[in-house]
Amino acid sequence: MPPAGTPATTEATIEAGRIRRNWLLAAPALALLLIGASGPLLIVLVYSFLEPGDYSGVIWKFTPRAWFEIFLKRDIFDGTLGVADAHLTIFWRSVRLSLLTTLITILLGFPTAWFIATRPRSQRALWLFLITIPFWTNLLIRTFAIMEVIRNQGVMNTVLLQAGLIAEPIQILYTDTAVLIGMTYVYLPLMVLPLYAAIDRFDFRLAEAGYDLYASRLQVLRRVILPLVRPGLIAGSILVFVPSLGAYVTPRVLGGGKNMMIGNFIELQFGQGRNWPLGAALSMLLLLIVMAALLVYVRVSGRENPHG
Amino acid sequence: MAERRPFSVTRLPGFTAIALVTFALLYAPIVTLVAYSFNGSESIAVWGGFSWRWYGIAWQNTAVQEATVRSLVIATAAAAIAGTVATLAALGTTRTDRFRGRTLIYVLVNQPLMVPEIVTAVALLIFFSGIRLATGYAGLGYLILAHSAFCVPFAYLPIRARLEGMDLSLETAASDLYADRFQTFRHVTLPLMAPGIVAGVMLAFIISLDDVVITEFVKSAGQDTLPTYMLGQLRRAVTPEVNAISTALLALTVLLLTMFFLLTRKRD
Amino acid sequence: MVPPSLQPAAGPSETPRIAVEARNASKAFGQGDALTRALDDVSVAIRKGEFFTLLGPSGCGKTTLLRLIAGFDTPTGGSILLNGRDITADPPNRRPVNTVFQSYALFPHLTVLQNIRFGLDMLGRKRAEADARAAEMLALVRLEGFASRRTAQLSGGQQQRVALARALAPEPEVLLLDEPLSALDLKLRKEMQRELKRLQRETGITFVFVTHDQEEALTMSDRIGVMQGGRILQIGPPREIYNQPANRFVADFIGETNFLDGEVGAIAGDTATIELAAGSVTVRSAGLDRGQKVTLAIRPEQVRIGEAEGLPAVVTGNVYFGTDTHCHLELSGGAGVVARLQSAADDATPLGEGTAVRVSFTPGSVQVLAD
Ligand SMILES: Nc1ncnc2c1ncn2[C@@H]1O[C@H](COP(=O)(O)OP(=O)(O)O)[C@@H](O)[C@H]1O
Ligand SMILES: [Mg+2]
Repeated sequence: MPPAGTPATTEATIEAGRIRRNWLLAAPALALLLIGASGPLLIVLVYSFLEPGDYSGVIWKFTPRAWFEIFLKRDIFDGTLGVADAHLTIFWRSVRLSLLTTLITILLGFPTAWFIATRPRSQRALWLFLITIPFWTNLLIRTFAIMEVIRNQGVMNTVLLQAGLIAEPIQILYTDTAVLIGMTYVYLPLMVLPLYAAIDRFDFRLAEAGYDLYASRLQVLRRVILPLVRPGLIAGSILVFVPSLGAYVTPRVLGGGKNMMIGNFIELQFGQGRNWPLGAALSMLLLLIVMAALLVYVRVSGRENPHG
Repeated sequence: MAERRPFSVTRLPGFTAIALVTFALLYAPIVTLVAYSFNGSESIAVWGGFSWRWYGIAWQNTAVQEATVRSLVIATAAAAIAGTVATLAALGTTRTDRFRGRTLIYVLVNQPLMVPEIVTAVALLIFFSGIRLATGYAGLGYLILAHSAFCVPFAYLPIRARLEGMDLSLETAASDLYADRFQTFRHVTLPLMAPGIVAGVMLAFIISLDDVVITEFVKSAGQDTLPTYMLGQLRRAVTPEVNAISTALLALTVLLLTMFFLLTRKRD
Repeated sequence: MVPPSLQPAAGPSETPRIAVEARNASKAFGQGDALTRALDDVSVAIRKGEFFTLLGPSGCGKTTLLRLIAGFDTPTGGSILLNGRDITADPPNRRPVNTVFQSYALFPHLTVLQNIRFGLDMLGRKRAEADARAAEMLALVRLEGFASRRTAQLSGGQQQRVALARALAPEPEVLLLDEPLSALDLKLRKEMQRELKRLQRETGITFVFVTHDQEEALTMSDRIGVMQGGRILQIGPPREIYNQPANRFVADFIGETNFLDGEVGAIAGDTATIELAAGSVTVRSAGLDRGQKVTLAIRPEQVRIGEAEGLPAVVTGNVYFGTDTHCHLELSGGAGVVARLQSAADDATPLGEGTAVRVSFTPGSVQVLAD
């Protein structure tokens, strides 16, 4: 056979045409996203290196000040630099509440996902549907629903009061606990769904093999099931942790003005705080943390996939 | 422990109980919220008997009316735009060998799922306020653009899933049976991907309808959507009117979701 | 013995008309180290109205050849001719060739009737004409009552029939069938084999049928092309392929064969003696040279066991198959031979292990393969 001269070039031309066509098809979506989502992120990056304007906006002068301001503050009396402990409190609350939210959603979500995945096929869709409804219900509505329950005159306190279990309503609303309950409530489906997917793929014959080899239920859970559903566990944790860290609505409604998380603190800089560069720097920091979490996830799941 | 249950490989002790409690906890607040929307009393705290009263009040509230119309207009426009560009993008990125830049397209298309909403909201606030200052335009365009953008991945994912699940030999068969490229697309590809498109558009619609954060940051004065209107109300003394609006929105979501489920299940 | 020519031999008196032809067709996938030669310089001419089968193990390039004929892929070398016209550059929708896909590829969003009409509609046939033709096709595949069913509601065998009707409806010059029966269970497969033969006879359309099942190929085909590693090794009618395999691969792939290594000894006129470790065997001498190393191929049913003459051997075991018994033997010198002995009603107990016997072969049944 002669080394295919002409046909090979035809194939290359076809190939090039196909790639051009693919890009053309994707172009409108890419343009929309560049204008309406990705592009403006660059502006935020630029703004984080500018000086705040007097009332709002920025003065176009380069300075890394906003980035330092995240962690440090200058004492108004003696001008010395100190740690910005108010900021650190907010960061720490965000991280702590997000981690706790992740942990609680795992504790509730794993048995729930297990339960759904072990229903008979015919029932499974219904249980999944029951998880999906809250998932797609407006986040604000769900937060509001929690508020209704934990308010001082809410269902929970009313029931407890009338049962004589408490003499005074318990103040939960506008505390960190309220935010934690709210975030657990709104993000729980994000834990259940990937866990369900992982358990659904789990081959129960492997558990049988475990029992066959004298493992107890706990040992089968720890040594066989958990390692194999780990990708789902990691996916669920990322899906819960990332939006928790950037939460805005839930802490605003349930935490009141005092118990801010990073999201609310960012908003503050664009409102009363009138410090757009600081808000921009905080946004970029949040983005960096989230990207780092996603990167870890990609690494971990990428490493686990080849083994099946 | 007197009785022993027969061995079951799928049983783990306590899991069923935790699961059922979780389902109860998941639904108790929603049920409460819906129940209180029918509260006849003036205050949200006291139960005053069953009544449609707050639905009537919400219905006649012009602010609610305007916000509802605005929400629907934005969601319809965003779903249509996102659905269209996502369909094209899905056609360009599925059922083709890897090509240079395909990963980049994936990342860009799914970007709204990865970047925290508050960050996108801030970015759009800065970007659009600049444009507003420069052009003086303060219409719904900003909201529609923003919503279209963050709805793209939600429209894209079901369409792509549908396309990837599609038997490539069907289009080959069409060309074998004398259909040219256009006829193949029109008579085979499009009808087969239609459920995915409908599903994607519906998801985009729900997502747009539900958005709070980005809308709150992007909207100009007097451009409340239903969710941002409600968020504003929560700052004040809350009346069951908010429950009524919430319940209505909830009902719409459940309706759309049920349709979505039926649509995606039927063909399998 | 001379291997039959790879070029389809035209009969001496009449020249069969060629429906479709591949000329030096090659197809390579990938590049560099990852290059796969799925088809390597394949030439085959398929006659009008014949039932031609491409037979070969999985991965040998059968599907690739069909896809080149259908136009789904372009060859990296060579050309495809239809009725003597080069159609290599034509897209599939311009070729009067239809395919029955292995997975059937029925359109799930269309009814049975709409599936069958699809090609006619695309060709722009008039409504009434298309309706009549589709009804005719439904009758041909015996699915009259199923016109408005969805394809998902059909059994595997019924889907198969719809796929056939759909591909036959536009009256193609050539029908390509890519392992169409492999998804069916044995009973249904036998039934569909007969059905396919009937359809081919009734329509007179040229069928190019792909299978990896040698029995299917032997029972159904007018001619068979045996493929391996992207090449066609032998083309011929089933009997020729079975009785005169061109090489060891064909002999081994089709049916069961005993292979014995030897060397050409004395040649006397028409006959030659092949020297084996266990003794000598006489064969026809055509094309053989003295001292040449050869392999003898003998079908198990042509092996005879006697006491008087032949090669000395010892019985090493018996395997009972119902209709016959396979008697495993070891020739002196160590080579193994299997003899197929037909079971008789008064079947006596088989020869016990260790029995010393003599082995001979039916005259004319020994194939000599040059190494
Ligand atoms: N699209 C393709 N890309 C790469 N290799 C291919 C492709 N199609 C077929 N091949 C390779 O070509 C060879 C022949 O394939 P095929 O014609 O499908 O074999 P058969 O149908 O006889 O089983 C195989 O080795 C297969 O892996
Ligand atoms: Mg094949």
